[in-house]
Amino acid sequence: MSKLLVSPSPHIHSKDSTRSLMLDVVIALIPAVICSVVFYGWQELLVLGVSVASCVLLEWAITKYMLKQPSTIADLSAVITGILLALNVPYTTPWWVVFIGAVVAIGVAKMTFGGIGQNIWNPALVGRVFLLVSFPTYMTTWSKPQGLFGLDAVSGPTPLGAIQEGLMQGSTVQELTSAYDYKDLLFANLGGSAGEVCALTLLAGFVYLCCRKVIKPWITLSIFATVALTSLIFWGIDPSRFTDPLFNLLTGGLILGACFMATDYVTSPMSLWGGVVFGVGIGFLTMMIRYFGSYPEGVSFAILIMNSVVPLLNMWFKQKKFGRK
Amino acid sequence: MSKHTFAIGGVHPHDNKISRECALEQLPLAPTVYISVAQHIGAPSVPCVAVGDKVKVGQVIAQPGGFVGAFIHSSVSGTVKSIAPRADLAGRASTHIEIAVEGDEWAEGIDTSDTLVTTIPEDPKAIIEKIRLGGVVGLGGATFPTHVKLSPPPGSKCERVIINGCECEPYLTSDFRTLLEKGEQVVVGAALLKKAMGDVPCTIAIEENKPEAIAHIREVIAKLGYEGIDVMVMKMMYPQGGEKQLIDAVMHRQVGSGALPISVGAVVQNVATALAVYDAVQKGKPIVDNSVTVTGECFPKQANLVVRVGTPLQYIIDYLGGVPESAAKIISGGPMMGRAVANLQAATVKGTGALLFLTEKQTRRAPETGCIRCGKCADACPMGLEPFLLNKLSKAADWDACEANAAQDCIECGCCLYSCPAHIPLLDNIRVGKGSVLSAIRARAAAAKAAAEAAKAAEAAKN
Amino acid sequence: MASTIIWTIAVITVLGLVLALVLYLVAQKFKVEEDPRIDEVEKVMPGANCGGCGFAGCRAFAEAAVKAPNLDNNYCPVGGNDTMAKVAAILGYEVKAKAPMVAVVRCNGTCEARPKVNEYDGYASCYVKSLLYTGDTGCAFGCLGCGDCVNACQFGALSMDPATGLPVVDQEKCTACGACVKACPKHIIELRPQGPRGMRVFVSCINKDKGPVAKKACANACIGCGICAKTCTHEAITVEGNIAYIDPAKCKLCRECEAMCPTGAIHGVNFPKPLDKDAIKERIKARQQKARETAEGNAPAVANKKADAPLGASPSEKVVKVKEDKKDE
Repeated sequence: MSKLLVSPSPHIHSKDSTRSLMLDVVIALIPAVICSVVFYGWQELLVLGVSVASCVLLEWAITKYMLKQPSTIADLSAVITGILLALNVPYTTPWWVVFIGAVVAIGVAKMTFGGIGQNIWNPALVGRVFLLVSFPTYMTTWSKPQGLFGLDAVSGPTPLGAIQEGLMQGSTVQELTSAYDYKDLLFANLGGSAGEVCALTLLAGFVYLCCRKVIKPWITLSIFATVALTSLIFWGIDPSRFTDPLFNLLTGGLILGACFMATDYVTSPMSLWGGVVFGVGIGFLTMMIRYFGSYPEGVSFAILIMNSVVPLLNMWFKQKKFGRK
Repeated sequence: MSKHTFAIGGVHPHDNKISRECALEQLPLAPTVYISVAQHIGAPSVPCVAVGDKVKVGQVIAQPGGFVGAFIHSSVSGTVKSIAPRADLAGRASTHIEIAVEGDEWAEGIDTSDTLVTTIPEDPKAIIEKIRLGGVVGLGGATFPTHVKLSPPPGSKCERVIINGCECEPYLTSDFRTLLEKGEQVVVGAALLKKAMGDVPCTIAIEENKPEAIAHIREVIAKLGYEGIDVMVMKMMYPQGGEKQLIDAVMHRQVGSGALPISVGAVVQNVATALAVYDAVQKGKPIVDNSVTVTGECFPKQANLVVRVGTPLQYIIDYLGGVPESAAKIISGGPMMGRAVANLQAATVKGTGALLFLTEKQTRRAPETGCIRCGKCADACPMGLEPFLLNKLSKAADWDACEANAAQDCIECGCCLYSCPAHIPLLDNIRVGKGSVLSAIRARAAAAKAAAEAAKAAEAAKN
Repeated sequence: MASTIIWTIAVITVLGLVLALVLYLVAQKFKVEEDPRIDEVEKVMPGANCGGCGFAGCRAFAEAAVKAPNLDNNYCPVGGNDTMAKVAAILGYEVKAKAPMVAVVRCNGTCEARPKVNEYDGYASCYVKSLLYTGDTGCAFGCLGCGDCVNACQFGALSMDPATGLPVVDQEKCTACGACVKACPKHIIELRPQGPRGMRVFVSCINKDKGPVAKKACANACIGCGICAKTCTHEAITVEGNIAYIDPAKCKLCRECEAMCPTGAIHGVNFPKPLDKDAIKERIKARQQKARETAEGNAPAVANKKADAPLGASPSEKVVKVKEDKKDE
């Protein structure tokens, strides 16, 4: 027996660590990653590799040479940012554009605020939106993927993009959505960002995270509910102008955003009701942007906007204190 | 079986009751005991023996130092060797009465037989007086003098007595063994407490991980035929045995901030206290010993020992084979709220319930990393507080904000630090904030009182 | 085109004028009447807002100073006598000059002298540690080594010495604001007069345990033996509760106590020459011998008086000089 340890209570720990939680998120993303690689082939693998490697390296370099702090890459949060960024851009994106996205995500959105836990906005989304605004050509031309198993390769816009385009040209929604089979949307058969392609794998990851108690489901569920409700109302008013709820739930980055980006610990509220309000805000803003905005997709913007009000939500919605009114 | 639990927060540590099969065992007498005069909340007791006096087991050796105080009895028979400051387990010096043990002679009037006395005295006041004379204090950890708790302030009325048999802390099994082996005495003790509070209903709350104890106590209640005592099965959840949490779980009433349990009509007593009440009232036997769980994965010999008050910790450990090589920390109490032992020469007190040995791997804290705002601490807090916020406010020494965010309500259960994935020493800092807020509140109350008195005096002078 | 430019200029000008008027009216309406001297006093303050004076900041000090009938209870330890002279000039008060002070760490329980008996594993704060227990060494009074004082110092005057595990005061930077004194839960740090050219003698220990206990915990502890008090010819040293204390007002910096201390608990700092223990001991011996002889032959009162006489060795010259310094002040 060497010297006894002495510390204030408690003397045991749950064994949860930042790293173990982040590892669970990485595990939850693996099905979607595999799905997208199978679907898009080696080009997607390149995007993923560049994105993850540059995010991790950048965080390591910034902590070491600029902040002169102990490195935080071991907590795996940079890996998650890298995967999410890769899933948020089309597989055709050149590697240098992906790298710029990583620089913005890690360098600007995360480390300038002081690193993990300090950022206001989800780093991967900031990177994605930066690329969307700066390199619209790369970010919005999608080509139908070749895939590992040699599927048809046809170039074309995403479902949401096609609808907006079509509406401008005077077609009705019914004409446009008839081109899509909802089963295809669920099982990943359409063009889009890598992470927008296979809803089922993303939902599986979400269920895994909930079972492991890494995240609470209420943010995600309230986003889905709000999107469904809002689109139901508008669709009910004018089915020729507005898309139906199921189409809205399954297309675009909604599932990826709701399951993995909006539930990011750092940039989401802590309490139940704060989370619900946060989710409702994201769902509503997403639908407003989709219906009335100039961009076909609004999940990223909606999440970023709601990220900004998280401190207020944390202040307004608090857990009821024991024995207090 | 419906299970009851409290409304907010809580965590699920593995219960690790590895000493549950070890029957209670009498520890042989130590050659010398050191009995502290400050082993309860309130004023330290005043020694009433002199160096060289011969004392017997159960003889009063220190008088209460005030209303919130307790008698202290000699736990051994022998000669008083010294009355001098001695370091407790945290190294702080307080007055201890050192007694060299000679034989085991009990004071007169103490019934040391095993016969169960089930007749309950009629007069509640007589019961409470006997509890006071027996030096009974809350043995659940707080060591608050029991007779004070049983004397509610005017205007408040007790509606239910709760006997706390949750033992929600991992590792601890002394209450479990007491329920199993001395169930009859505990139930009679519960009946006495019930009587003392004016024949109100009484609930014995036991966590679901002790099914043998639940069955046994139900049997005993049926056998002894007391009316109005029932057993409630509680969900396994920490801190189920916290006073406020238990009242919430049993009665669905929440004790307000800074208020006493009696404000919602509850009186909570621990199982060991109920046993002590039985001993004091029915047998005339004051608290001279208590059961101590000695346990830990790295400790070779698990045990539930009945230990005389004032036995040096080193003596207990040596009896069981000494401190194992792999032990890195010794804790007096459970792993969530117990106190780390810095001084093995310290002696046990009435409230000592366990000695727990943890290895370096089990207990050493991981380095602190950045808060990821996961909210796990706030989810875990059974008081509904925001530990991440209180941690920051406390570090910034912003006591007003600490008070606004109810730092004073913290019960120091440790759930926040236990669940924090970033290993931030939340509770270490919140304790500082809590202490400062409480002293600010006390200072305000004292100032208000002084002002009121001054106004009164001025009024009187006018008239 | 030209009309657009003219219109733009006109609109902006009018807008500017209207807003200026609004601003002026608002400023007039919400004007707070204040003693202009508060601003003046604040200007000459150091501006560190350290709270060393007992007020929330320099502004609060200025307000209090202007209201107060004299400056007896208002003293800025950071600015010192210079600043206070300026404040006094503004307010027309008189101010008594105070000897410049410095923070002194009264614990010399180095890692070597005071071995650790357990290992602290909680939050690295002396206050948190002191709430928990008496510390990770055998000494219940000494420095806890977590650096609360270092964190409290706004002037960067304190740092932890990794070799000793104790805080070190940088005399040049220390402003004697007292923040570290308040921060130390063990009350180890004391503000003492800096002394002439920084020379001062103090007991670097506050262990109130009995001699053997203190000595066992720390080789450098004051064991309360009282030799220093017996040696001191200026009645500057008192021993109370097993601990010696040197009154800086009475100490003449002769360093005799330092030479005689059996554990080295008494420290003299900033003296130009190293302590010559043997010479001083010789000197004390001779003096005591002489005193005994006188006592045998004469009344004891004379002996006491003679103790103040010049002592011959080099430190005594300093003592004389110190006295001159003090007269100058």
